[in-house]
Amino acid sequence: MDFNASLFIQYLIIGVASGALIALIALGYTLVYGIVELINFAHGEVFMMGAFLALTVVGLAGLNADSSWSSIVGVALLTLAAAMLFSALINAGIDRIAYRRLRNAPRLAPLIAAIGFSFILQNIGIYWLGANPVTAPTLLPNEYRAFNVLTEWFGLDTRIRLRLLDIGVIGITVPLLAFLTWFVYRTRTGKAMRAVAQDREAAALMGIDINRTITTAFLLGGALAGAAGMIALFYNNAARFQMGFRYGLFAFTAAVLGGIGNLSGAVLGGLLIGVVWALSDGFMKEYIPAWGAQWTPAVIFGVLVIVMVFKPSGLLGEQTADKV
Amino acid sequence: MAETLVAPARGRAPARTESEGGRLDARKLGLFVLCLAAVFAYPFVDQALGWGRVGSFMSIFVFVILAMGLNVVVGYAGLLDLGYAAFFAIGAYTMAFLTSPGSVFVIQGLVPPVLQNFWVALVLSWFTAAAFGVLLGAPTLRLRGDYLAIVTLGFGEIVPNFFYNADGITNGTRGINPIGKPPTIELFGLSLGFGPTDQRNWYWLILLVGLLSLFLITRLYASRLGRAWQAVREDEIAAASMGVNLVRTKLWAFALGASFSGFAGSVYASAFQYVHPSQFEFSISVMVLSMVILGGIGNIYGVIAGGLLLASFDRILAEAMRDPIQRLGEAVGWDALAGHDITQDRLLVFGLALVLMMLLRPGGLFPNAQRRAELTPEDEDITVAETQTLYDLRAENEPALGERA
Repeated sequence: MDFNASLFIQYLIIGVASGALIALIALGYTLVYGIVELINFAHGEVFMMGAFLALTVVGLAGLNADSSWSSIVGVALLTLAAAMLFSALINAGIDRIAYRRLRNAPRLAPLIAAIGFSFILQNIGIYWLGANPVTAPTLLPNEYRAFNVLTEWFGLDTRIRLRLLDIGVIGITVPLLAFLTWFVYRTRTGKAMRAVAQDREAAALMGIDINRTITTAFLLGGALAGAAGMIALFYNNAARFQMGFRYGLFAFTAAVLGGIGNLSGAVLGGLLIGVVWALSDGFMKEYIPAWGAQWTPAVIFGVLVIVMVFKPSGLLGEQTADKV
Repeated sequence: MAETLVAPARGRAPARTESEGGRLDARKLGLFVLCLAAVFAYPFVDQALGWGRVGSFMSIFVFVILAMGLNVVVGYAGLLDLGYAAFFAIGAYTMAFLTSPGSVFVIQGLVPPVLQNFWVALVLSWFTAAAFGVLLGAPTLRLRGDYLAIVTLGFGEIVPNFFYNADGITNGTRGINPIGKPPTIELFGLSLGFGPTDQRNWYWLILLVGLLSLFLITRLYASRLGRAWQAVREDEIAAASMGVNLVRTKLWAFALGASFSGFAGSVYASAFQYVHPSQFEFSISVMVLSMVILGGIGNIYGVIAGGLLLASFDRILAEAMRDPIQRLGEAVGWDALAGHDITQDRLLVFGLALVLMMLLRPGGLFPNAQRRAELTPEDEDITVAETQTLYDLRAENEPALGERA
């Protein structure tokens, strides 16, 4: 069968949008791992909590498809802020309750605690919204969800669709990434974070408050996860207590693929995983008859295993001889 | 020599120490036999009281076998395996593929009749799970602890995903239904069948498989390999410099740990006559891990206790407690409690077990003595150090400490 270029580009666009989302979550893994060398297993559930809070806030605001643009944008921004704050506090709270006490424990102890928290948060999710998927209210009217930017705005005659939704995802993600980069590389606190990541003891000797810096990393990672949760809620139009597990593992794969501990690596990994995801979901079955979206998790976990086994330092990661 | 549970008091003659240890062992053995007799007799009690819980105990025992197997990997060798349910699945599907009349392999005549026998298939499942343990372990065991955990998690996700989707082989979401049963056993004039009405015989069969696993695991722990596992767990570098082959030792842990879940999987499949990919999801891996951690990492009897506790919460207690709790809620007028379904709290219970154990009692409820010493190095052998010079030359000739004898 011939290579269908426009279809390929179509899935590439979808992949970049969901990849941006994964990158936001992956950054949370990488930020925390870079500083405390902990795989924050509960991170996916922090993301889920963000989505749930966003759903609750939007529900309270009582928007519908007829609401005016200004109120939609206002509520969206408010929800985003609320979800970010909420997730940031949960993430930092878990660190305060558990991880901080296990800083000097054997390496697997905080990881096991994190798995425990991931289950606790999932159960809280069940209490909150029930065990079944909940549909999000449609902030964007359906005509806009399907709105093709390329034909409507640029007048291109093409079958490739670039939905407003995809642009929205990228439009929220890029400023957040820019903010994070600025924060980590241009502010004093960011500098402290990098110092702690490099050598905790030396940083402490230089007068850096280690615990506060670690808390900042958890807050930042949580805030990004909350934003991702809100975006995922409206992108998929649904939320469920298990959503954090799947997204969390995909994002962790992305972080490892890019090189865990490396911020631009997480973004690169996120985009790659997003594209693999989209291609496996739709494009592959054009060429392999038995293929279907149900194989996607196997593909992505396959990527995870292969990267871990052959290049644990990831694509952009530094040489970390002690990590293997 | 076996660990003595109570450190012998200083100054006593070694002979006396041994006799004391012997008496202790006899008491322990007595307790063990008593427990065993009670467990064996349970189906009669169940029948007399009409509880109808034999089926629940069958799955509880299967989970205890799983916990014992995971304990080999996590507790003895110190490798965190988050995909243990995958081996459970492999064991169960091996049994199903070999013995089910609905299996593709049987239909196409690829399975010789001798392999379709339950007992042969049981042993084969054991080997298959072990082989997959090696397959996963060989490329990944170089990885450091937390990375290994995630790779095993990935594997644990891929396996059920494969069973879900490889429709042509595994029947996908429909599962595989009739699965081979052990042939009727004629014993002392009794005929023990394994039909749907013979739950009691199934119960005893699973118990026997569990006891066999327990025997094998305790023997393994005391073997040269078992000691190598502990050495690797405590200090890889030191173990390697003492001549322990790290990769081979870890690989054996992976293979043998996996093999017991092959046992568990195959009896589970056959006893409940059904395999379905949803029985082997990540939450099962975490549930088994919670059992190991709750009971006491590395202490086989603690792990059995942890397994019994959590599995009976999962299979019996939660269900049994739902109505009383709702009634209590109504009585005190607390709506949240009255409308609360405690069977929904499974994840919370497993999660809390993990978190609280890590924070409060990292060795588990019944910690392994050595493991406890590792986790709290301060109180390691303080009493010995205070009352005895560390390098007591006499000890070379006449061992004063029971452990050195």
